[in-house]
Amino acid sequence: MIPGPSAPKLRVALFITCLGDQFFPQVGECVVQVLRRLGVEVTFNPAQTCCGQPAFNTGYRQEARRVAARVLDQFEDADYVVAPSGSCTSMVRVYYPELFAGDPERLRKVEKLRSRFLEFSEFLVNILKVEDVGASFPHRVAYHDSCHLLRELRIEAEPRRLIRAVRGVEFLELKDYQACCGFGGTFAVKFPGVSVAMAEDKLRAAAASGAEYLVANDSSCLMHLAGVIHRQGLPLRTMHLAELLARQA
Amino acid sequence: MSEARIGTGDIHARVQSALKNAHLQEAYRSSTLRLYTHRLQAVSELPGFEHLRDRAQALKRQVMEHLDYYLAQFADNVARRGGHVHWAASGEEACGIVREIATRAGAREIVKAKTMLSEEIGLNRALEAANIRPFETDLGEFIVQLSGEGPAHIVAPAMHLTRHDVSALFVKHIHSEPTDVPEQLTAIARCALREKFARAGLGLSGANFAVAETGTVVLVENEGNIRFSTTAPRVHVALVGIEKIIPRLADLAVFLRLLGRSGTGQKLTVYTSLLTGPRRPGEDGPDQMHVVLVDNGRIETLASEKMREMLYCIRCGGCLNTCPVFRKIGGHAYGWVYSGPIGALVTPQFLGLDKARELPFASSLCAACRDVCPVKIDIPDLLLHLRAQAQELTKAPRPPGSPIGERTAMRLWAWAMERPWVYTLGSRLARLGQRLFARQGWIQKVPLFPLSRWTEGRDLPALAPKSFRERWKEISKQ
Repeated sequence: MIPGPSAPKLRVALFITCLGDQFFPQVGECVVQVLRRLGVEVTFNPAQTCCGQPAFNTGYRQEARRVAARVLDQFEDADYVVAPSGSCTSMVRVYYPELFAGDPERLRKVEKLRSRFLEFSEFLVNILKVEDVGASFPHRVAYHDSCHLLRELRIEAEPRRLIRAVRGVEFLELKDYQACCGFGGTFAVKFPGVSVAMAEDKLRAAAASGAEYLVANDSSCLMHLAGVIHRQGLPLRTMHLAELLARQA
Repeated sequence: MSEARIGTGDIHARVQSALKNAHLQEAYRSSTLRLYTHRLQAVSELPGFEHLRDRAQALKRQVMEHLDYYLAQFADNVARRGGHVHWAASGEEACGIVREIATRAGAREIVKAKTMLSEEIGLNRALEAANIRPFETDLGEFIVQLSGEGPAHIVAPAMHLTRHDVSALFVKHIHSEPTDVPEQLTAIARCALREKFARAGLGLSGANFAVAETGTVVLVENEGNIRFSTTAPRVHVALVGIEKIIPRLADLAVFLRLLGRSGTGQKLTVYTSLLTGPRRPGEDGPDQMHVVLVDNGRIETLASEKMREMLYCIRCGGCLNTCPVFRKIGGHAYGWVYSGPIGALVTPQFLGLDKARELPFASSLCAACRDVCPVKIDIPDLLLHLRAQAQELTKAPRPPGSPIGERTAMRLWAWAMERPWVYTLGSRLARLGQRLFARQGWIQKVPLFPLSRWTEGRDLPALAPKSFRERWKEISKQ
């Protein structure tokens, strides 16, 4: 149920993600637009920067802790935190407990934050109980599961339901849809050749599906895939789920 | 500890050469896809597969927590059934024990069943140095022994070769007629191996499982060469990693249902041999059975509460087949006998992070391996742990073209991320700087690490003219 005008407004603190903030601010704007359309109040704490994942995944836990500790403090009082990223969400929900395992006080904060920190599509489908957000987009769309969303958070059905409910969309499932696109954080620059070769497989699957647009919930995968598409001049466009859901006729 | 066959040169060089080799790419693509698909099919046909994985994981955990108890029980039971038990702390010791047994038995030739542990400890070279000739009898191992390579895959050692490659090897080494027909190739190998089985004074195997309750060595295979190797020669030696123990015979029902399905998509492999002691009066089989229990780094791993999980592995190869990185770079790029996701754990853990520092980073952490692992090893989590250890214990090599080292860069990064004003200032400076490189919103080349590596094969979107936080001032008013 969407809360009606009389119901008290749900309040959401936006975790924009560092990548989204700097490279894809339009994604954040679309998140705000869709949430507001559904009657949700969105706040933004400008003290936020990054969740700490780049350092954590590269093995620099001390540095990761310093950055992550700020997230715990910044969102302590939020009813819900919503991030347009499966990767940052899984960092908070799956890996913060490990990162702060030796710090009981912070661990308590982690436990408090985990249940309220949600990825955009799961917030829409599981908390707001909305699938049709009133979007319209008459195109052939394929969906790319980011690994963190799929295998850390097990969010597979939610984005698909949202996409299928968009007016005019022809939804296409990618062959071998569970395969990684090759981004992998610092893996992308430590093993660039493998990273790009994996993207090429993903883009071949997208081309074979006949899709015009490749939609995902992670700007990191999309930045990587779009980078290969642009370099090779492929006839495919990438789009964040929030951008798709913000489209109206 | 054995350093057998650690790959020469830099992992990045090996990766680059694999990526350029279209022939190799196709060999790995088709083989891994076939095994992956067969696994999916087999798993879907067995209700309760998830439950079996949980059960197997619990059993392995139980074994690792009480390994001293189960090992003693296993050793006692082997001895009780007339077998000889040997303990080897290192690979060298294990090689020495096998050499000694062979010498005493007067065996100049040995037929070998496929065993990854013998690859790990460099047994073949140790035997050859003592003028004992080891003959690999598993078809894949036979092929890579001819080619002089190590195994390319835990269960499919010759995965990197096509039938044409195999034919060429046979023509060169055993002077057969060229043929591309798999059945004919198999027949050629079979013919070459027959006489070896008949002549060998010793048969050497590994062990898939070692049953503590009964002292039984369990071996699974598809070709019959293991059964032949362990029954025809007068002496059988089983090389057993100490992590191979399972408590009871009944537990085999759990592991056998998982192993075949996870590895090759088979409900059961063609042969399953349960060997308990040497032949008894009036029976066929070897006069002597020796079990060599090998540590070679396993106890040290057991001592690490985190890395202990790695020892649950039953070497099905499932994680390799599902790994998108393995599919691209193949087994030899990993540099040692174990490859793929499990190899990226085992190699640095057994040989030392200083020898394989980059391996834990050779993963996109996509976690597909964790989802197929029959004993539910959390491979990505262990890779992350090794990454943290690598940064703590060793210094990252400075990336080429980088003005500062990785650790300094990460410290600077964290310092900036802790201070929104530095973060904002930094992003503004980057916006100014990118004017030199950006064309219509895209950057094709940046001569500064790590962006230089990014733009090797893909373009980089330019930073947005205004960040979200800058735009928020207007958005919040709407």
